[in-house]
Amino acid sequence: MLRSRCLDPSAKGSLPSMSHDMKAETITIAGHGGDQIEAYLAQPLGHGPFGGVVVIHHMPGYDRSTKEIARRFADEGYIALMPNLYSREAPGASPDDAAATVRARGGVPDERLVGDVGAASKHIKSLASSNGKVGTIGYCSGGRQSFLAACSLQLDAAVDCYGAAIVNPLPEGSPVKMSPLVGIVKDLSCPLLGLFGEEDQHPSPEEVAVLEKHLVEHGKTYEFHSYPGAGHAFFCVDRPSFRPEAAKDGWEQIDHFFRRYLTS
Amino acid sequence: MCTYETEHVPISGSGKGPAGWFSLSAATVYFDHPVHAAAEHTLNVDFLNPDLGPSARVAVELDPASALALARAIIAAVETAEAFTGTVVR
Repeated sequence: MLRSRCLDPSAKGSLPSMSHDMKAETITIAGHGGDQIEAYLAQPLGHGPFGGVVVIHHMPGYDRSTKEIARRFADEGYIALMPNLYSREAPGASPDDAAATVRARGGVPDERLVGDVGAASKHIKSLASSNGKVGTIGYCSGGRQSFLAACSLQLDAAVDCYGAAIVNPLPEGSPVKMSPLVGIVKDLSCPLLGLFGEEDQHPSPEEVAVLEKHLVEHGKTYEFHSYPGAGHAFFCVDRPSFRPEAAKDGWEQIDHFFRRYLTS
Repeated sequence: MCTYETEHVPISGSGKGPAGWFSLSAATVYFDHPVHAAAEHTLNVDFLNPDLGPSARVAVELDPASALALARAIIAAVETAEAFTGTVVR
């Protein structure tokens, strides 16, 4: 497995003692442009202080599996908030219908994504149990969006799980507007954890290497792990792409990373 | 990967969803991750009526060979209908 690190050795972090009990609910927050959007909030019971994680759902939508990820972070002792990025186009629709609608319309505009993630971060920080630190995580298209948010907002940590279209553009003719993001690496505001599959073609290992080169050039704090035998979507337990060993190690890296940067 | 590429096809007909029959006005065709099918990628077709909202959707996720066989069967059926009725629809 390829691992590369450029970490802040002074950051360690520890979680407050907790019961693993939590509260999970659907709320409404003011998203980009003040739009009222749906969001899923999972938070540990207790006074905290807790770090926060904005969970960015993948292109298939604000679905059960991504809500499970939010609850996993609450179980780990974080306030997790996942905005429904498709609230505007498909309020109340099932996640797959909403995803199909947004997909047919060309996806979520980058500017709106940044606004919604910023609003989610602001909401987490407004909670009495927040320690004032917020990170982001996303998978697939959400991985790119997590990176985009970290280059556009002041965050404390960001995790990119196999996000495509960061280095290379999407194929010509694609109706989804996703521009490469390497030009804004200089604006990365926080440590970055990248988790990739060596057999993935989007992003390919070559693209991951280019991204790392830019991070080094700009002196950014980052940590990359690339797993052999794993392709795209190796975290997805209900897909043939699931790779238990890569996913297990990946979750451990995520836990260590967020503990280091969101709890100290 | 997510291919993102989508074919948009105006159509006319009807489909049956969870709430019953409704008129169809559009279809989208794309190759991407399925929601339900046990495959990494599938050929997906959504039969839609956008005027009725996102839930007015009949979705299928097919393995590529099945999709191709279905497309050929549709063409063959239309050709048979053309020969039978004497009406060319293409």
